[in-house]
Amino acid sequence: MIRSLLAAILLFASALAATDATEINIGYLRRPEPRSTLSLLQVPADNDGLAGAQLAIEDNNTTGRFLNQQFVLTETRLAAGDDLAAATTALAERGIALVLADLPADALLKAADAGAPRNMLFFNIGAIDDRLREEDCRGNVIHTAPTRSMLADALAQYLVWKQWRRWLLVVGSHAEDKLYGDALRRAAKRFGARIVQEKTFEDTGGARRTDSGVVQIQRQLPVFTQGAPAYDILVAADESEVFAAYLPYRTWDPRPVAGSAGLVPTSWDASHDQWGAVQMQDRFVKRFARRMTARDMQAWSAARMIGESTSRTRSSDPKIMLDFLKGPDFALAAFKGQRLTLRDWNLQLRQPILLSDGRMIVSVSPQEGFLHQVSELDTLGIDRPESKCRLK
Amino acid sequence: MLGGGSVILLATQAVAYTAYVSNEKSNTISVIDTDKFVVTTTIKVGQRPRGIELTKDGKFILVAVGDDDTIQMIDARTHEIVTTLPSGPDPELFIQDPSGKILYVANENDNTVTIIDVERRVPIGSVQVGVEPEGMGLSPDGKTLVNTSETTNMAHFIDTATRQIVANVLVDARPRFAEFKRDGSELWVSSEIGGTVSIIDPVKHEVTKKISFDIPGMRKEAIQAVGISLTRDGKTAFVALGPANRVAVIDGKSHQVQKYLLVGQRVWHMAFTPDEKYLLTTNGVSNDVSVIDVANLKVIKTIQVGELPWGVAISQQ
Repeated sequence: MIRSLLAAILLFASALAATDATEINIGYLRRPEPRSTLSLLQVPADNDGLAGAQLAIEDNNTTGRFLNQQFVLTETRLAAGDDLAAATTALAERGIALVLADLPADALLKAADAGAPRNMLFFNIGAIDDRLREEDCRGNVIHTAPTRSMLADALAQYLVWKQWRRWLLVVGSHAEDKLYGDALRRAAKRFGARIVQEKTFEDTGGARRTDSGVVQIQRQLPVFTQGAPAYDILVAADESEVFAAYLPYRTWDPRPVAGSAGLVPTSWDASHDQWGAVQMQDRFVKRFARRMTARDMQAWSAARMIGESTSRTRSSDPKIMLDFLKGPDFALAAFKGQRLTLRDWNLQLRQPILLSDGRMIVSVSPQEGFLHQVSELDTLGIDRPESKCRLK
Repeated sequence: MLGGGSVILLATQAVAYTAYVSNEKSNTISVIDTDKFVVTTTIKVGQRPRGIELTKDGKFILVAVGDDDTIQMIDARTHEIVTTLPSGPDPELFIQDPSGKILYVANENDNTVTIIDVERRVPIGSVQVGVEPEGMGLSPDGKTLVNTSETTNMAHFIDTATRQIVANVLVDARPRFAEFKRDGSELWVSSEIGGTVSIIDPVKHEVTKKISFDIPGMRKEAIQAVGISLTRDGKTAFVALGPANRVAVIDGKSHQVQKYLLVGQRVWHMAFTPDEKYLLTTNGVSNDVSVIDVANLKVIKTIQVGELPWGVAISQQ
């Protein structure tokens, strides 16, 4: 009697296993920062980033349909003063061990350190700070966002290829602007460009949108760029969106602009249409009624990495996932003409960088001729021999 | 395979066939005489022509014009566009059943495979597959259709009678092309981003072997497997390696790579002349077609075609 009952239970259990899909829970942790932009066209949507993750979850679930895997995304939106450690613990208590994080550097580190003892794996989809992959790297944080140095190197390679080697560098007065300025200076040195002069653009405050601002801007910017030594291109570092977008067509000398305006290095752009990207763009616009941004792509890549790993290892255990993603069998197809892989020394996703003028993709770096013994993608950003990251 | 019998009849004279190359950017088809290896004429077609085939009777050219969301049917003799087929949105690659009456089309934007009755020119069904369906292969008996989906990274095995998926086989990233051996013993699937070819047992639905490519001095990311062409006897396979600008020659039995042939830039797809003397490759970036001498495994000629040549199909004269 007992034996047959047991057999019945076992039968029932295996029947359940066959029909019930394995659920893979993914957290999306973000603390929306007010991001004002000079151009009205670039004001980020409320679901910037999140939409990319949602699309990848749908892509994963199409695959999951065939493998009996179901992916579920749970968003946690924090307010300015919220405790990251508590939010991370709350995710762990809900059984979420895989987290896409769109957080500033320090907040990300807090979350990662709170998640480490709980075996949680984070995907940094927003922060481009090099230090997160260098002195502050963590063994449980994978980065799909490129670094400032990757972006700067991608731009520098193209400018050098174009023989625009004399740069007028203009750096904003905020901390992030200075970091981008550092990355551009490093890139110039690495690839043989020369900074003929460096200027700082002080943020003296004020609104980004005014009714008659253009009248003054038209007079201020030529004066600001007047009297520079001979240069080929103005390179601007303005992550804070204070001045760079005002530069094109307003410089004293008729020169192109790059960096934070003009020719901009980015992980994704709504105009990118090569290597099958049209399908991705179409799918995105159809689903969200807006165009896909770099942050969307970085989130999509992270959620697809989870999907790739889960479908190939048949496991969503963070340890198994990290091993797979670091290993030789992982390759992400992300519409960039080549496979994306992970730098195993600091968990940064290798990726080509697009150079966009806002309407078209002008070029894609790495540029031809910049060689590397492992991967040409490693000509972008801080390479293994120079890395300060030591993962345990 | 087309008109295999007539090859023997014509064997005493020089046999010239006609190759049709779709030029993705030019919106044209270059028509090539395979005796002289020259472009004899150019046909204007719809927007973004890619997948190209001839109907089994050789009378019509079928070309998927993705940006026009249709497949155009072109009279092979007059080069007039006769009609269009209801392919569903953004068709890229398609395949005919052995009778030539049914067309299976991959719709990249819709995660579907559309089934079309060629004579009546109506859609008669569709199958939901993975994200971004692309490659299409049909078993020699016509009973099993295989579709590869580029973002799902699977080969979907579809029973053509029930139009149900019967198996899904995971392959490397971005699978682009599927080709059965003529005896039905193996299915070959190329993975563009993975840079490999998976050999699949079509009965067990298992990957039995994975071929990877190692070209000295060539970075791994540039090796991207795309088109596959297998000889009728199954003894030799050719795999186009995209931006590696090479075609790999593979022993059909041992699955060992024997040789790499240098062709034009970003080689996409290939087609044999019906006598299998020559293999033509489309080279997307260099705007040309390479001609491979199959017996001697040598590239013997390069033909300039339109901009961004993509697909190629070859018929009797």
